[in-house]
Amino acid sequence: MKQYKGGEFDVIVIGAGHAGTEAGLAAARMGVKTLMLTLNMDAVAFMPCNPSLGGPAKGVVVREIDALGGEMARNIDKTHIQMRLLNTGKGPAVRALRAQADKALYQAEMKKALEKEENLQLRQGMVEELIVENGVCKGVVMNTGTTYYAKTVIITTGTFLRGQIIIGDLAYESGPNNMQPSVNLAYNLKDLGFAMERFKTGTPPRINGNTIDYDKTEMQPGDEEPRAFSFETTKYITDQLPCWLTYTSPETHQIINDNLSRSPMYSGMIQGNGPRYCPSVEDKIVRFHDKPKHQIFLEPEGRNTSEVYVQGLSTSMPEDVQFEMIKSVPGLENAQMMRPGHAIEYDAIVPTQLWPTLETKVIENLFTAGQINGTSGYEEAGAQGIMAGINAARKVQGKEGVVLNRSDGYIGVLIDDLVTKGVDEPYRLLTSRAEYRLLLRHDNADLRLTEIGHSVGLISEDRYERFTRKREAIAREKARLENTIVKPSAPLQKLLEEKQSSPMKEAVPAAHLLKRPELKYEDVIPFAPGEENVLPDVAEQVEIQTKYEGYIAKQLEQVARMKKMEEKKIPEDLDYHQINGLATEAKYQLSEVRPLSVGQASRVSGVNPSDISILLVYLEQGRLARTAD
Amino acid sequence: MEFDTIAAISTPSGEGAIAIVRLSGDDALSIADRLYKGKKQLTDATSHTIHYGHIIDPETEDIVEEAMVSVLRAPRTFTRENIVEINCHGGLVSVNKVLHLVLSQGARLAEPGEFTKRAFLNGRIDLSQAEGVIDLIRAKTDRAMNVALKQVEGRLSDRIRRLRQQLIETVASVEVNIDYPEYDAESVTIEMIKKEAGAVREEIEELLATAKQGKILREGISTAIIGRPNVGKSSLMNSLVQENKAIVTDVPGTTRDVLEEYVNVRGVPLRLIDTAGIRETEDIVEKIGVERSRQVLKEADLILLVLNIAEELTQEDEALFEAIQGLNAVLVLNKTDLSVKADEKRIRELAEGRPILYASLLKDEGIDELERAIAQLFFQEGIETQDLSYVSNARHIGLLNQAKRAIDDALEAAEAAMPVDMIQIDITQAWEQLGEIIGENVHDGLIDQLFSQFCLGK
Repeated sequence: MKQYKGGEFDVIVIGAGHAGTEAGLAAARMGVKTLMLTLNMDAVAFMPCNPSLGGPAKGVVVREIDALGGEMARNIDKTHIQMRLLNTGKGPAVRALRAQADKALYQAEMKKALEKEENLQLRQGMVEELIVENGVCKGVVMNTGTTYYAKTVIITTGTFLRGQIIIGDLAYESGPNNMQPSVNLAYNLKDLGFAMERFKTGTPPRINGNTIDYDKTEMQPGDEEPRAFSFETTKYITDQLPCWLTYTSPETHQIINDNLSRSPMYSGMIQGNGPRYCPSVEDKIVRFHDKPKHQIFLEPEGRNTSEVYVQGLSTSMPEDVQFEMIKSVPGLENAQMMRPGHAIEYDAIVPTQLWPTLETKVIENLFTAGQINGTSGYEEAGAQGIMAGINAARKVQGKEGVVLNRSDGYIGVLIDDLVTKGVDEPYRLLTSRAEYRLLLRHDNADLRLTEIGHSVGLISEDRYERFTRKREAIAREKARLENTIVKPSAPLQKLLEEKQSSPMKEAVPAAHLLKRPELKYEDVIPFAPGEENVLPDVAEQVEIQTKYEGYIAKQLEQVARMKKMEEKKIPEDLDYHQINGLATEAKYQLSEVRPLSVGQASRVSGVNPSDISILLVYLEQGRLARTAD
Repeated sequence: MEFDTIAAISTPSGEGAIAIVRLSGDDALSIADRLYKGKKQLTDATSHTIHYGHIIDPETEDIVEEAMVSVLRAPRTFTRENIVEINCHGGLVSVNKVLHLVLSQGARLAEPGEFTKRAFLNGRIDLSQAEGVIDLIRAKTDRAMNVALKQVEGRLSDRIRRLRQQLIETVASVEVNIDYPEYDAESVTIEMIKKEAGAVREEIEELLATAKQGKILREGISTAIIGRPNVGKSSLMNSLVQENKAIVTDVPGTTRDVLEEYVNVRGVPLRLIDTAGIRETEDIVEKIGVERSRQVLKEADLILLVLNIAEELTQEDEALFEAIQGLNAVLVLNKTDLSVKADEKRIRELAEGRPILYASLLKDEGIDELERAIAQLFFQEGIETQDLSYVSNARHIGLLNQAKRAIDDALEAAEAAMPVDMIQIDITQAWEQLGEIIGENVHDGLIDQLFSQFCLGK
C-alpha cells in the first residue's frame, strides 16, 4: 500500500471509548493539537455491556475524573434515566452514586463534546501499526496508507485487539457488538516487544421490554432526591425510569446444568482469563451450587428503545440454551431475545510494562489506557484515559508527569495496582482495594483533586475560585463549631432524649456534640447558630470531618508514614542484580517492574521487608558514595 | 514497615545494675508517655534530659518499675529519630515486662542491628560502618526464615490462622454489602460484629494469659535436666550456670517458690525448669513425683538426659529413654574420667539419632562441646518450642496486644453505633496484626475471600 502523509499532531488517541474520549478531551483542553481515531464513528463512548455508570468505588472514580476536569460525570448527569446514592445506611466512606444510562444519548452527548473541542479532530479509520524509530513512537499508519505523525500516541483499544466473540460452538473474530476487530495492531504490538495476555469478559442477552411481565418482578426506582456526579452540575433530571428485580428459578439452574457440556467455558474453547467478580451465570451455578436462586436485574437501555439488559444472566451458552434460560425466569416467560449474550476474548498488554504515568517502558512517547491495560469497566477506563491524556500532553509541553498517590484517589490505587502488581484477570476497582478508604470518599473528591486538575489546566479559573471558596467555608465553619461553647439547656436535653443520646452534664464545644453518632449537623446548629449561611455541601463536609475525626486522623498518620517510603526515589535504570543480599525472587520482580520509589517497591509481589531494608541501605550507600566523590 | 517506632532491650542480657529499653521513631515519646508516670509528660520534656518516674501498666494502672527515662529528640540522636531510653533495674523479668508494655503500646520489636541501620539510613554513620548492616539484615533473614518461622508453625500458628479466618469472614461479609449493596447476602449487623469480634478477643486474651503464666512472657527454651540420682545433674547445671552467669529471679504470683535459672548458651537462652528441685534432692522424680515429672518433660522444649558412663545402664535409665520419646533431647555421657562400663552401642540405639556428648563434669571437660551442640540444635534444626518461638516471642506478645486493642476499638465503636464500615477498619487492622505473627499479611487475601465466599457478578 502506498503511504502518504495525513498530518502532524501533538497527541494521537487510538480509540474513542471511555478511555479514549477522556484522553482526547484532556489533551485538547490542555491546549495541544489532538487527533482521535476510531474504527466506527457511531461507537464513540459506546457502552458494550451494562447500561450503568458508577457504584461503590467506581462512582467515586467518576467524581474524581470530574474533579480533575474530565467529562464522564457531566455527560452522565445529562443522559441518565435513573440515579441512586448507594450505601446510605453505612458510613460516608462507602457511599457512592450509580446511574442508569441512556446508552444512545450518552454516546450522542459525548460525541458533541468531542466535536465542540477546538484542538481536537475526530476521524474514522483503522490503525494498522505504530511508527517507531529508535524506541520512540512517532505516529501511526492507517490501513488506507495514511500516516499521521505525533509527539505522543495513546492506545485505548478496549476489547478490539484480536477480539473474538464466542456463543456456544460459534466463535468469530469481532470487536464488541459485531464491530470489526483490530488484528494487525495487536500483532504489531507483539512485534514491538510487548508481552501480551489474553483476557475474557462476557455480556448477558438483551430482551424486548414490551414482552416482559413486570407484574412478576419487583420495581427498583431511582432516588427521589435529585443527584448528580459532577460537582458543577446544577440542572437535575427528575423524570426517571425504574429497573426491575427478578430471580433465576430452579428450572433455570436445571437448564444450565443439563447443557454444561455445551458451554465453551467448560468445553475448553475459551482460553482467556475471565474475571471472578463478573462470572457468567453458568459459572455461578457451578461454583455456588448451594445457592437456590440468583438475582436478575432488568435494566432499560434507554428512553428511545425497548431493549432491556438482563443483569445477572451473562452467558456464552449456545443461543438455543439462552432462549430456554430466559423463558425460565419469572416475568420473562414470553420475553423475546433481541441480542444473545456472549463471551469476548481479547489481547491486553501486561501492565507492569508501564510507568505510573501510563507511558510504556518499551516505547517512549507511547501511552496505553483502559481495557488494553487489563482493566474492566467504563470508569476504570475513563480514569486511565484522563491520566494518560494529561501525561501525554505534559510530555508534549516538556513538563513532568502527574502521578496520583494511593491516598489521593481510587485512580491512584487503580494505576498503582496495575503497574506495580500486574493483573491475572480483568481488574475491577473495589472499595476493599483501597487502604485509605476513609480518605477516598465520594463527597470529598473535589477537595482531593481539584487542585491537581487546576494545576494541569483542566479546571477553569471560575470553577477553581468556587472551589476555594467552598474549601475556606468548610475550614471556617469547623473552627467555629470548635470554638462555640454549648451549654446544657432544657430544649437541648429534650432533643438529646428524642435522639436517644445521653444527656449533657456540662458545657462543651458544639463540635463535641456533632461527634455524637446520633446527632446531625442540622440538629446541633440551632444551639450554635452562626452568622454565615452555610451551604449544604459545606455542612456535609463539616459533619463528616468532625464526626469521624479520630478515624481520619489514624489514616492520615498511616499515609504520612508511607509517604517517607514514597519519597525515597529509585533511579529508573537501577541494576537489581548488582545488589548483594537481595533475594533472587526480589531481583527478578524488581527488574521487571522497575519501581520509581521504595514505597512502590514494597508493593511489588514477591518482595519482602528484608529486601526493602537491603534496597534502602544500598540506595543510601550509593548516595554516600556520590557525595564522597 | 520501615520508619515505624522500634524498641529493644539495648543492654546485654545477663546481670547488671541497670537494663535499658530503648525506643526510636516518630512516636517514641508518645508511646513512652502512655506507660510513664512522672512529674510531667515526656512529650513536653526538653531534649537530652532525664526524668525520674514510674512505669505503669496502662491497662491495670499497676506500677511495674521505678525508672529513669531519658528523652532525646531528633535529630541530635544516634538514629536521628526521637529516642527514649527507659533505665530499669537490672534483671530479665522487670526489663522484659517494660519491653512488653512498650510493644503493646504500638512499638515494634527491633530486629538485630536495626538501630544501626536507622542511624545509617538517616545519614548518621558512614559507609564503612554500613557494610556490617547488610550482613546483619541478611543474618536476621536467614535465621528468621530457618528458625523463627519454622518454630511458629504448629499449634500457635494454627490457632492464629483460625482467628484470622474468623475475622476475615466477618470483614468479607461487611465488604460484600459495601461493594455489592444490592447483593442478597445477609446484612452484617453491629450485633453480629460484636459477637464475632468478642469471641476473637476472648481467644487472644487466652493466648495472652498463657503468656502471662510465664511460658511466653519470659523468653527462653524451657530445659529439663534429667537422669537418675548421682549421675551429675547438679554438676551439669552448676557448670552451665557458672559459665553463663545465670540470673536468679523469683517469679511472683506462683504458689510454689520456684527458683528458675536463665542461662544464655551461645545466644540461646535456656530456662532451666525446676532447678530448685534438682538442687535440693538431686532428683526431679523424687521431688515432684512421677506424674508431675512426666508433665514437666512434656512442657520442656529441650531435655538434657545425663547418664553415668562409668556404670552399666539400669532399668531406670531405659525408663527415662522411654519417657523422652519423641522429645528434643541431648544425651550427656558423664564421668569419662572413669573407665567405661556402659554399653555404648545400646545407648546409641536408644538415642535414635539424638546428639550424644561425652563429658567429665568433675574435670570441667565437655561443657564447650555441649554448648555448641545445643546452639547447633537450635539454630540449624530448630527446637519446636511448646508455645511460641523463642526468637520473636516478645514481638508476638506485642502484636497480640495490639490486635486486642484494635478489637477493643472496634467493640467500642460498635457500642457507639458507628457505621459498620468504620468498625471494620479496626477489625481489618487486628487481622493484619495477627497476620504479622505468622508472616502473612497480603491485603489481596480479602479480595480472594470476598469472591470465594460470595457469588457476585453481573
